[in-house]
Amino acid sequence: MPHLVSPPVASPCEASVRMELTGSEMRVTLGGIWRVTAEKPDWSPAKLVAKPVGLHIVLGSDLNEWDSSLLLFIHEMRSWAEGAGVRCELSHLPEGIQAMLLQFTQACEKSRPSERTETFVATVGLAAADVWVKTREIAHFLGECVLSAGFLVKNPQKFRVRDCLEEIQQCGAMSLPIVSLISLLVGLIMAYQSAILMRQFGADIYVADAVGLVMVRELGSMMTAFILAGRTGAAFAATLGNMRANDEIDALETLGIRAVDFLVLPRLVALGLMMPLLALYANFLGILGGMVVSLGLLDIPPAAYWVQTMSAIDLSDVATGVIKAGAYGVLVGLAGCHRGLQAERSAVGVGRAATSAVVMGLLLIIIADAIFAVAFNVFGL
Amino acid sequence: MFAHTNPSAVEPAAVQSLGIDCGYGGEPLIKDLSFSVKRGEIFFVIGGSGCGKSTLLRHLIGLNRPTRGDVRFFGRSFLDADAAHRREFLKTFGVLYQGGALWSSLTLMENICLPLEEYTTLNSSERQELAAFKLSQVGLAGYEGYFPSEISGGMKKRAGLARALALDPAIVFFDEPSAGLDPITSRKLDELILQIRDLLGTTCVVVSHELDSIFGIADRVLMLDKQARGQIALGDPRALALGSEDPRVREFLGRNARPGENGFDSV
Repeated sequence: MPHLVSPPVASPCEASVRMELTGSEMRVTLGGIWRVTAEKPDWSPAKLVAKPVGLHIVLGSDLNEWDSSLLLFIHEMRSWAEGAGVRCELSHLPEGIQAMLLQFTQACEKSRPSERTETFVATVGLAAADVWVKTREIAHFLGECVLSAGFLVKNPQKFRVRDCLEEIQQCGAMSLPIVSLISLLVGLIMAYQSAILMRQFGADIYVADAVGLVMVRELGSMMTAFILAGRTGAAFAATLGNMRANDEIDALETLGIRAVDFLVLPRLVALGLMMPLLALYANFLGILGGMVVSLGLLDIPPAAYWVQTMSAIDLSDVATGVIKAGAYGVLVGLAGCHRGLQAERSAVGVGRAATSAVVMGLLLIIIADAIFAVAFNVFGL
Repeated sequence: MFAHTNPSAVEPAAVQSLGIDCGYGGEPLIKDLSFSVKRGEIFFVIGGSGCGKSTLLRHLIGLNRPTRGDVRFFGRSFLDADAAHRREFLKTFGVLYQGGALWSSLTLMENICLPLEEYTTLNSSERQELAAFKLSQVGLAGYEGYFPSEISGGMKKRAGLARALALDPAIVFFDEPSAGLDPITSRKLDELILQIRDLLGTTCVVVSHELDSIFGIADRVLMLDKQARGQIALGDPRALALGSEDPRVREFLGRNARPGENGFDSV
């Protein structure tokens, strides 16, 4: 039985190439141990003293073991010979090797390099077309969600309450620490920055107005939405993407259960409910942060700060923040679920889905915020 | 043709397990298992679901460490090897995982080039030529630029085999090579395993429960059982199917249980 491969042995494995020139014919004898993981034998056309007319490749009696590296070597030698106009004689090689060499050559000829780059125009065109396709997909998905919501209102027993509660736990209660930290810090930073400015005008107390209004109307809901886009939106995309790769979504479809009813709506409801609550909580902590800075830096007592804050913001300000937060929650959920359901069935696909869920979530939040700004202005809120 | 002249009279076994305990913490799934696989042998590890076949494989290839005993390749301990020696061992065996386990972010060509990059001094074009050759050996010539997500399950498995063979390893481990494949593809894969053994003298250790493969290509089988926590039979599958005294072995290899006769064992 031929042995091309061998166990690891302590002795170094050396491949040998011997060349004998008789007249104008060169005889190349290959011997030793050929292993692809070892160093290649030191041979190059430059080493030839004179260019032979013919090259005869034969196997030496000392050839012990060989593997693909021998084929690669003969292939290279032959390629060189062809290029240099030297006749290469392989007929002395055993048939098995000749057959493998033939396969080797064919494989190299057939091999297609992974050249997939497009021209600039094509790239731009494809990207533009992709935007249109994505927009349609999102619109389609939104429509599906609305239909599903209508269906679940009519058939409330079909709604997965338990899943929804679990998601509420995950995206609501479990987000409290990070939301607390970030909104407290945002409040602190904002108060600190405005305190420096306000003190120049002796308007120290108006720090409370600035922090209160900005937190309640804008930053409370937006910071919360950003945090949840990164935390929950990505998690939705990864979960649904994995389920898709695992055929779980298909299993639902063939059972006559729509993935949107079963998986998406509970998540949207959970986020839509939790986001306003978290935003209210963030408002409160932001104001608390402002209070701490005012006490430490401006010597404003907390009671005065609180009274000033209460006089600055009214219920409609709080309401705008809460309404926006609810919308952001639904948008973040939509982005996460949509990207997850569209994910490619591979590890890379799931990763990309999570990334694009976050990006899309952030984008939707900002677009929605702009629309809300105009709309609230029109309605005088 | 090229007789391999072996200096020592007794050749050490390609794979040897010496009284190993396998498990994932707690009570081991396999206790005190010893066997050895000869060089150039096609050795099957068989048994019902949950008997620890795949667990055994994971412990043999070093993904998990046996809590007791030793695993030796060609007479040298794999478990005691330090980091540098471990690399030496790792390039002497290839593994074909159940789903192919191709890296999804790389093309087939890149998948096969990675072990070559890691363990050889070949340059880029040599690696690509070799990778193209390996792909053509498994019948995937022309698919170099494809990503794993673009090819079928059977093709993924064949590409996985090409990757496992990239370094011409002395031993190849197969985890359920025919699982999820149609009978024709599965038979072709069996033929490929035979061909690799005959051509390269590669030792093949196959975890499987496909009877066709077992009777088709196995030289010897090791049968594991869940209750016994280890080996219940070892030998030629044809002889075991006819002559084993253990009814579990005859039943497994003979497939003579009638539907509904004994039902599922309660776990």
